[in-house]
Amino acid sequence: MSLARSDAPAAGGLLPDRWRLGRWLFKGVALVAFLYILTPLIFITWLSFYAQEIPSYPPEGYSLNWYGQALNNERFLKAFLLSAQLGVVATLIGLAVALPASLGIVRLRFRGRGTVNNLLLMPLIVPGIVLGFALYVFQVEIAIATSWPILGSFGGLVFGHVLLVIPWTVRLITASLVGFDRTLEEAAQNLGANRFTTFRRVTMPAILPGIVAGALFGFVSSFGNLEMSLFLVGPGRTTLPIAILQYLQWKIDPTIAAVSVLQIAIIAVAMLVTDRFVKISRVV
Amino acid sequence: MARLELDGVSKHYGDFYAAREVTLDVAEGEFLVLLGPSGCGKTTTLRAIAGFVEPSAGTVRIGGKDVTRLPPWKRNTGLVFQNYALFPHLTVAQNVAFGLEMRKVSKADAATKVNEALRLVRLDHLGDRLPRQLSGGQQQRVALARALVFRPDVLLLDEPLSNLDAKLRNEVRVEIRSLQQRLGITTVMVTHDQEEALTMADRLVVMSEGKVRQVGSQRDLYERPADRFVAGFVGRSSFLEGHMSGDTLTTPGGLAIKCARKIAGEAVVALRPERVFVGTEPVTTADNSFPGEVEFVSYMGGLIDIHVRLSEHDQVIAQVPNHDGSVLPAVGDRVHVGWAPTSAVFPAEHNGMDG
Repeated sequence: MSLARSDAPAAGGLLPDRWRLGRWLFKGVALVAFLYILTPLIFITWLSFYAQEIPSYPPEGYSLNWYGQALNNERFLKAFLLSAQLGVVATLIGLAVALPASLGIVRLRFRGRGTVNNLLLMPLIVPGIVLGFALYVFQVEIAIATSWPILGSFGGLVFGHVLLVIPWTVRLITASLVGFDRTLEEAAQNLGANRFTTFRRVTMPAILPGIVAGALFGFVSSFGNLEMSLFLVGPGRTTLPIAILQYLQWKIDPTIAAVSVLQIAIIAVAMLVTDRFVKISRVV
Repeated sequence: MARLELDGVSKHYGDFYAAREVTLDVAEGEFLVLLGPSGCGKTTTLRAIAGFVEPSAGTVRIGGKDVTRLPPWKRNTGLVFQNYALFPHLTVAQNVAFGLEMRKVSKADAATKVNEALRLVRLDHLGDRLPRQLSGGQQQRVALARALVFRPDVLLLDEPLSNLDAKLRNEVRVEIRSLQQRLGITTVMVTHDQEEALTMADRLVVMSEGKVRQVGSQRDLYERPADRFVAGFVGRSSFLEGHMSGDTLTTPGGLAIKCARKIAGEAVVALRPERVFVGTEPVTTADNSFPGEVEFVSYMGGLIDIHVRLSEHDQVIAQVPNHDGSVLPAVGDRVHVGWAPTSAVFPAEHNGMDG
């Protein structure tokens, strides 16, 4: 909305009527769009404080009971820990792949550069369910061929989730590398820094916002993934989205709402905290 | 502070030669300027000295030591980049300290030296600022302090003034020059601006098409240009082409011009505008005097340019001072122009480029 303000000439009273109308229309559309995005979140937060078990309007009262239920539910707790571990490990591996890949894509001139870039972004386009099924079949074949029990293992899950992380990290790291002025690296080398020191002291700080933003988005997409994980989890190994789905098959009480609100809160806090240290908002 | 020598340095990319057989000898404490139009090879030469361009052939020696194959970080040169290349995430003081840190200078020592360097460029009060909080001129001085603080063997300046506005440029020119002289540091600067080159250099190197055209003092280049390119690039010249036999060059337009140098065959004469006299009578004091018609007059205040056509093929520009009460010739006037025999005569095959 600041866009509308800064674009408009300062003399408000002198504006032709159709301009003013356009501005109101623009603000109206923006408001509808925001409401469209936020309404479900607002409702689920409201719902999580309902006193009654069956969500119906109007609420019969408010309580924190469902938060207690959620936090004391061992299934949710275990699932949350697994999802967190999975997200962290997948993100770290994804970064380890994405950083050199991005450097190669942006800085080297080789044949098939565009293809490699597109391949790395592909998991973003392929539906999760297709990816999950493909990985499932693939892991079955590996298990048969090597008798290595990858299917349903933590390693198997990580394997899949790395694919979710890579497109985000590659996309955001390449974006920040493209905008990076390479004479800064030459300046560092001229001042006595070898290639490694140059990368650590000059390149890295410059692309850090891209790396952090990529890691964050990668983590969030891993943490929230349902479709792919469904194919890859094993007995006793459930991610949070799957635990929520399973719970919903038997009950529809606001515990789910409470779990969702907690999940949203954790991610929101993570975003705000990282944004304080590196300005992610400048990259995304 | 050291002597810098380039011996037959060439750099080619496929068939394209960015630098061809560049040989230079820069004395300790000398300020050498590489001057030429863009693409002439001056930047390639500078980058070969800094170590960012590996020569295809030739040797670079700093202080007598062969550094041709050394990476930039082992060369001890201080380079000031055209866009300054200050590290945006480090403060002014941290930027300046970077080179000392890489040389493992102790924290306390470094702090003193950083302060000294910043005082040298009159920025010691801005050490805690970030580069983006400084003006262009201040950033330029930080870049200079950063390049000087570790006492490099050679200071390299890559068009250091091109991003400053005209007024600031004149100030910084003087400042850099006096700083360089005070520190006695061997310096190589690259520029395409001849005025900048002439005011700052001890010696100049004129380059074009990857080649060194001439090395010499300001006076050498102006009075005795080595070829047509230098005559056109350093200062201004009018060129008259023709066939030379003995000491006389005959133009297609029928002018017979006496010269102070003999060249057999096709040749070209370069005339400095301020050395061409204009009068209403034939110029008897000069060996060369020709009638012509004023084609164009350009009034520049203290000086006046008069373009005179001598024949269908030949035209010269005369620059005359605007004395009190001088009568300006008008376009279409018949005048006489004259000049002394000049030594600025070159074989015609040097006609490759025009300044």
